[in-house]
Amino acid sequence: MSDVASDVIAIIAKKKRVNKPNVELSDRLDDLGLESLDAVELIFDLEEKFDILIPFNANANDLLTNFDTVGDVINSIEKLVGKKS
Amino acid sequence: MRDVNRVVVTGLGAVSPIGQTAGSYWASLKQGVCGIGPITQVPTPEELTQKVAAEVKDFDPLKHFDERQISMLDRIAQFAVVAAREAIAQSAITFDMPLSVRTATIVGVGVGGQTTHDDSFRRIYRENKARVFPLTIPKLMVNASASQVSMHCGLRGPAFVVASACASATHAIGLAFHMVRSGQVDCAVTGGAEACITFGTLRGWEAMRVMAPDTCRPFSKDRRGMILGEGAAMLVLEPLERAQARGAQIIGEIVGFGMSADAADLTAPDLGGMTRAMEGALADAQLAARDIQYINAHGTGTTANDQAETQALHQVFGTQAGKLAVSSTKSMVGHALGASGALEMVATLLALREGIVPPTIGYLGPDPACDLDYVPNEARAMTIDAALSNSFAFGGLNAVLAVKKFS
Repeated sequence: MSDVASDVIAIIAKKKRVNKPNVELSDRLDDLGLESLDAVELIFDLEEKFDILIPFNANANDLLTNFDTVGDVINSIEKLVGKKS
Repeated sequence: MRDVNRVVVTGLGAVSPIGQTAGSYWASLKQGVCGIGPITQVPTPEELTQKVAAEVKDFDPLKHFDERQISMLDRIAQFAVVAAREAIAQSAITFDMPLSVRTATIVGVGVGGQTTHDDSFRRIYRENKARVFPLTIPKLMVNASASQVSMHCGLRGPAFVVASACASATHAIGLAFHMVRSGQVDCAVTGGAEACITFGTLRGWEAMRVMAPDTCRPFSKDRRGMILGEGAAMLVLEPLERAQARGAQIIGEIVGFGMSADAADLTAPDLGGMTRAMEGALADAQLAARDIQYINAHGTGTTANDQAETQALHQVFGTQAGKLAVSSTKSMVGHALGASGALEMVATLLALREGIVPPTIGYLGPDPACDLDYVPNEARAMTIDAALSNSFAFGGLNAVLAVKKFS
């Protein structure tokens, strides 16, 4: 697993609201109990950690960032981190 | 204590992004003028993604105050005093004794003196200055708007600021209404003010991820969220008997006020809270759902608010909901937080008086989750006997006012 992936999983693990020992790539954020404000806080933590800008508007359906599962989050972050360098 | 006074509005004042008097504000509302545009008050460097707001453009404090007064007034208090002076002048009331001590000053403020806050903190944190300006604290204190209105207008009765974020002004006006109705005071100058378009505040709103990048399209398909606004609006409230005795012009009548708290999510709207506030206002007004023709909606333009508010209107009005004209004037003036309820109350009172409903502009077409009549894009002439003005705040604090055409 890449460094980005393990960092993202660690950040999501801190935000999850369900009693589940391991966060897996196939876990949906909804199923981890993340609510709307958790999503905003999660994005903040990810932006701070990787020094990136994540385009996200809570009112838009056509998200540039598809944050359905943990794996989706990792893919998006890896792309954004890749663009930076 | 009596509880029999009918409460009428005898003066209005407004400082808005689409008019710096109540009259010009109302003329723009009827024409569907949009006050949203590129931010000019603060720099908008690349890292600031929010580039638009509804600003009070070209507001010149020197037209209203001398330099010594300006040094003591944050932009928010300038707006508040200018709107209060206009409302008092329109009502043609004189606050001599004993009326001065029998008049309340109740002003809704969401966040207060943000310009002073931002400027002072930039000096010490970014510019490493050794000190801030000596009047920093009395300028930025959240009660400053009520204090300055009371001082500038000579009002010596109960005076304070009400803070409930986006519902502040509606709570303030509602409280003033109840105080005049009960006879606790003989007059009230009440409304709301906000001046929150600063770099720090914008960054805070940006981080919430609820701001639209272009404009505010309440209840519309493809809406992208809210737009920050600023301004102030003030009303003069009096008992009907007193207003008639002095031959005052009567703009409209406030008849009900309802409040509730969601006690649920910090930011997500709550159907139960919205419903209870509207039902509370109707009950306080002794009005039935079928008596209402117009709703000035909270209508922020976020997916969540507009959908929940629509559902709450269905719940309160049942089969009548489809007959209501519902509009959000935030489509034109943005969300002025603590001032919004007062700007919307002015719009609601003038809609009743003139029989013209201001539109919801920027409307692109129906969203299946928002299935009411939102008066899209153009004002509508219609007879209105009674209306509600809704305000639902972050923190789950809700306030609704009911008004009637005066007859």
